[in-house]
Amino acid sequence: MITDDTIICRCEDISYKDVVDAIDMGMSTVAEIKRAIRAGMGPCQGRTCGRLIAQIISQKTGKPIAEVWMPSFRPPLKTVPLKVLAGVDDVEVER
Amino acid sequence: MRITNHPILNFPEDRKRLTFVFNGKKILAFEGDSIASALHAAGYRMLSQSLKLHKPRGFFCAIGKCSSCEMEVDGVPNVKTCLEPVQEGMVVKSQLGWGTFPVRPKKRVYHRVKIPVKQVEVAVVGAGPAGLSAAIEAARHGARALLLDENHRIGGQLIKQTHMFFGSKEHYAKVRGIDIGTKLAEQCRDLAVEIAADCSVIGYFHPHELAAIEANRLLKVQAQKVIIACGASENMLSFEGNDLPGVYGAGGIQTLMNVYGVMPARRILMVGAGNIGVIVSYQLLQAGVDVVAVVEAAPTIGAYQVHASKLVRCGTPILTSHSIKQAYGVESVEGVTIVRLNENWEEIPGSEQELDVDAVCLAVGLNPAAELFFQAGCKMSFIPELGGNVVWHDENMQTSVEGLYVAGDVAGIEEASSAMLEGRLAGLSAVESLKTTTTVIQQQKEQIRQGLHALRTGPFGEKIRIGEKKMREANPA
Repeated sequence: MITDDTIICRCEDISYKDVVDAIDMGMSTVAEIKRAIRAGMGPCQGRTCGRLIAQIISQKTGKPIAEVWMPSFRPPLKTVPLKVLAGVDDVEVER
Repeated sequence: MRITNHPILNFPEDRKRLTFVFNGKKILAFEGDSIASALHAAGYRMLSQSLKLHKPRGFFCAIGKCSSCEMEVDGVPNVKTCLEPVQEGMVVKSQLGWGTFPVRPKKRVYHRVKIPVKQVEVAVVGAGPAGLSAAIEAARHGARALLLDENHRIGGQLIKQTHMFFGSKEHYAKVRGIDIGTKLAEQCRDLAVEIAADCSVIGYFHPHELAAIEANRLLKVQAQKVIIACGASENMLSFEGNDLPGVYGAGGIQTLMNVYGVMPARRILMVGAGNIGVIVSYQLLQAGVDVVAVVEAAPTIGAYQVHASKLVRCGTPILTSHSIKQAYGVESVEGVTIVRLNENWEEIPGSEQELDVDAVCLAVGLNPAAELFFQAGCKMSFIPELGGNVVWHDENMQTSVEGLYVAGDVAGIEEASSAMLEGRLAGLSAVESLKTTTTVIQQQKEQIRQGLHALRTGPFGEKIRIGEKKMREANPA
């Protein structure tokens, strides 16, 4: 059973109530919720919560899931250490 | 706890032992363990703490998708410990939220990265049943194929499937999933398919360029045809306590017990009585775990009857019209409350029941990992019967982007048997458009289509048939 405190986005500690409040403020897609309260913006990039949020929006607004869940996935698809993209050499220095 | 006695698998005691340090404590591991599996074996399920509320976190998926397993390893934060192999002397620490940026007594000099470029005829993303089958067919018909997979061991989910497959002989009936994976991998090697394991594809760029990370280096792959067969991720369920360590996906449970030989729990509740829920419950019993009950929200059992009956004969009740209400515990699951549902799937007050378990396994469906197709700008549609957002594809498994093919669960959640057929179909179609078609290829494609049709007939195939029809009718824009 969902309660207000039930965690929906575990990366960012976003609860059911946080999501419902955002919907009440007028957010009506997964992408809007993400921008408003960071749900789905953590390291898993919404792989765990995206669908749950889509279901909540759909229940609250009556819109079909297909309309509220239009994810965009930009590269990189997973966390990448900066040194891989930037190219870095560690140099020993005197302190 | 380690599995010491298993009817199918063998985890020898004489494997090389390694030690590492976790939060100041010395932990024993076996060579081949991931950090998270070794910690589970030693009884540690809480790996880190969450960002704002500092709640306990432990992994859910064990395949690098849920990111709940991230820890600090040798000073570097946010390492996915479910994938990272243990190395002798490693220093592993729990992290709080995003962790802290490493401070090094070194000066860092940045430079422009030289990106190596690899050119191939056919690039296949994902080395599970579909990807392996696709690479085999492409290579068999003369294409230079490259197979990329983010995992250390190729085979995808087959490497943890200890059960025997159904269907006819050509669909590997009566062969265990683990053995099918080994066979397909051998065929790939015999056909000189270039295999890049531990290699994550992180982006798709037009035309048919893939960015990948291999051994902490960026790699660019230029291909004439691309086949994406990267599978699916597990669905989460909303209930109080769903973020506690000890709440696992069915795939995560299989990884722990069938790949690493670690007991995931002593007593467990299974949520979902579809094929995956019921098969994994049986595998849990084989590993020596007490499966206290299987709850299923629907009024009927979704799994094949032979699997469900086997479980019930072993004494595990399957409770239909039941759901999990709450999981509770301080650092990890210590118990759950289940509840009966009425015909409108609402909880019936007063029907709550406490169960003494130390873990919960969720087998509530899979979601196609369609990210790369979104990046490629393919026509997508949300089709519940196929598990979520799926990419439009034609009879040749080609998407709305020419030369980009799809196969397996990412094309719509189905079984490994159909994934292998879809993979072969995609491999043959890619090689056909790359080179030239032959009567042999055409005959094979026809046979495969008939095979897929056969797998999708009958009441169990109905959902897939409806989903496929919906997907086809969503015209590619």
